[in-house]
Amino acid sequence: MARAVTTNRKIINTTAAWAIGLLIFFPILWTILTSFKTEAQAIADPPIFLGFDWTLENYGVVMERSNYMRFLTNSIIIAGGSTILGIIIAVPAAWSMAFVPSKRTKDILLWMLSTKMLPAVGVLYPIYLLFIKMGLLDTRFGLTIVLMLINLPIIVWMLYTYFKEIPGEILEAARMDGASLREEVLYVLTPMAIPGIASTLLLNVILAWNEAFWTLNLTASKAAPLTAFIASYSSPEGLFFAKLSAASTMAIAPILILGWFSQKQLVSGLTFGAVK
Amino acid sequence: MATQHSRAAARIMMAPAVFLLLVWMLVPLTMTLYFSFKKYLPLRGGDLGWTGFDNYVRFVTSSSFWPSVQTTLVIVGGVLFITVILGIMLAVLLNQPMWGQGIVRILVIAPFFVMPTVSALVWKNMFMDPVNGLFAHLWKFFGAEPVQWLSQASLQSIVMIVSWQWLPFATLILLTAIQSLDREQLEAAEMDGAQPVQRFAFITLPHLGRAITIVILIQTIFLLAIFAEIFVTTGGAFGTRTLTYLIFQRVLESQNVGLGSAGGVYAIILANIVAIFLMRIVGKNLDA
Repeated sequence: MARAVTTNRKIINTTAAWAIGLLIFFPILWTILTSFKTEAQAIADPPIFLGFDWTLENYGVVMERSNYMRFLTNSIIIAGGSTILGIIIAVPAAWSMAFVPSKRTKDILLWMLSTKMLPAVGVLYPIYLLFIKMGLLDTRFGLTIVLMLINLPIIVWMLYTYFKEIPGEILEAARMDGASLREEVLYVLTPMAIPGIASTLLLNVILAWNEAFWTLNLTASKAAPLTAFIASYSSPEGLFFAKLSAASTMAIAPILILGWFSQKQLVSGLTFGAVK
Repeated sequence: MATQHSRAAARIMMAPAVFLLLVWMLVPLTMTLYFSFKKYLPLRGGDLGWTGFDNYVRFVTSSSFWPSVQTTLVIVGGVLFITVILGIMLAVLLNQPMWGQGIVRILVIAPFFVMPTVSALVWKNMFMDPVNGLFAHLWKFFGAEPVQWLSQASLQSIVMIVSWQWLPFATLILLTAIQSLDREQLEAAEMDGAQPVQRFAFITLPHLGRAITIVILIQTIFLLAIFAEIFVTTGGAFGTRTLTYLIFQRVLESQNVGLGSAGGVYAIILANIVAIFLMRIVGKNLDA
């Protein structure tokens, strides 16, 4: 039964929701705006909202001075690499748990989840030491592996949840028609699973891109991604609000855009399927 | 439907993921346990032998232990309180009919996608800077003395920054849960004369119970581990040293690995206590 909502109430709802939405979004908006100001305008009192001389200068300075492209490349390689590697390892595992469940499947899933809850700081020194011993400290390869491992439980869980929703009858029908296991996975399952794999990919790129414990502690200069690049701005040298804003905007823009596409997956992915 | 053949195949397909996670869990964990029973100072003599439970005792009796526990509790508790309460209110509001709902949703969840170092630095400088920050301008505008946020109100500031980061998560999950609520039930209650507050308290809130529990548990696990927000704002000064940060300092800054590892074992135990409750809920969901 659809109930007519009075226009008045709708206006009140809309106003309240937009006001709160803009308030929550304001720090991001302010950062983006400040990135186009001059340093003097960035700290002007009273603050200038829109009526400033828009400039792209800060972006130029940041890119020139701090070798921004290297940090960006590191972020892309580490976030992308760890996600793709994780998916390659997780797809077969999730597939077998969803379609050939055994008595232990549930225990294995929960155990995987429990590894995700291990506090990183509790194993910081061992990982640090192993990284030194294996020459992995400050390498993109080392960081890619660590981020893959910390996100692997989420990847397995998300894929498992998606695979579970694919009806087993379709697979059985394919098998009856004489499809081999390989054909079944390749031609029947994969096409149906692509949306689920894509959402898993999306969410995990976001999580890996923003990861800020291992990326700060296991890198120095060579393999540092954008999280560490921004952290290097924490000791201010003179006027720098506009440049900080430009650097920040560049670091968050790609993920903000990806994030908007991943709202739905975020919920089931981050609650391990407990809320859908 | 599973044959012998496919069972064997399934086991092989599961092996890489299980093996990697097993190694990832067991090797560092064993090492942490091992170091926690040693006097181990990499820069001052290295391995100085076994010390039994000495590190465990020293970690909890050091003068920085209880303050760090308190700081951790204030941050986790404060952020949970703010994000759950505001999250419920926001979820209820966003569930109402309005114009531009999709856009408002995007605005509200955006902070979740901002990397922790960016949100911490943007808040620290552009809002909380006592000279040039927006808050300072605002305070001066009303004739008040600007607040030295990160030194005078350091804990509140951190709670505020972290709440801003996590409010979207709480809101989004609670909104998803609210949307699964049966509209007809609410309408029936309304026809029976239930007031909005009653409808919220007796129908919406109980319906949200499970989602609220999940939000609290998942956030607790992540909040116990917050690091970057403290690293780039106060560096653990001004009473913002959490348990996680204290362990980090012991291990990497003062290189007292034995002591830090004992702290790490405490952190692992603490996280596991929370995790058990979460796993129980998630596990039940698996059976369904």
